[in-house]
Amino acid sequence: MMIKVLYFARLKESLNYSTEEMLLPSNIKTILQLKTHLSARGDAWTAIFSGKQVVRAAINHALVDDTEVIKVGDEVAFFPPVTGG
Amino acid sequence: MKISIQIEDFDLTTELALLLGKRTDIGAVASFVGLVRQVTSELNHENDVFSMTLEHYPGMTEKALAAIVKQAEQRWKIIDATIIHRVGVLQAAEQIVLVAVASAHRGDAFAACEFIMDYLKTEAPFWKKETTADGDHWVDPKVTDGAARERWKNAE
Repeated sequence: MMIKVLYFARLKESLNYSTEEMLLPSNIKTILQLKTHLSARGDAWTAIFSGKQVVRAAINHALVDDTEVIKVGDEVAFFPPVTGG
Repeated sequence: MKISIQIEDFDLTTELALLLGKRTDIGAVASFVGLVRQVTSELNHENDVFSMTLEHYPGMTEKALAAIVKQAEQRWKIIDATIIHRVGVLQAAEQIVLVAVASAHRGDAFAACEFIMDYLKTEAPFWKKETTADGDHWVDPKVTDGAARERWKNAE
């Protein structure tokens, strides 16, 4: 199934990616599984998604945990802890 | 409720007038303005270049802020609220954020204003990058920001 994936702030810069349409492999159901999948893309990806850094996730604009299930057409976003205000 | 993510600066007096309108049931307005504070260290001196770039997640930011105001409305009697957060490049001493809360009495206005700021700092998708004499770097969240939010949970 197709999903949209967005990256922000430090992640966007170090991955050199801001947004992508992704064909999600059928064995990937959750945010944690997607993070593991992304961490295999190369060194920069491993550094971010292997679990050493805190990476927060949102689905369709709502913050979610790593156990959240991804559905077709979802907009998934990954970003570092927020620092506004 | 007014929620605005904008590049332009804001004027506190104008925003408070808009918040109050012609209502006669408001007895208190509490407002908070956050500013860009220049961070100095051994490497960065007072007269060095310093600016901040604020990035956000358009679409999610507005929803997250509206949800925070809704949470505040469940705890205190709020008549109306304004949140303005600037994005883009900001220089030292510039205004970044405004939170203003109107209510019948000061207790509700003070508490709700502080609650909204504490949640904004930890849940709204904004990120700051500092530009200093020794280069650009992303700002890390402060442990005290998390603690400031947690105390509201303990107070429930």
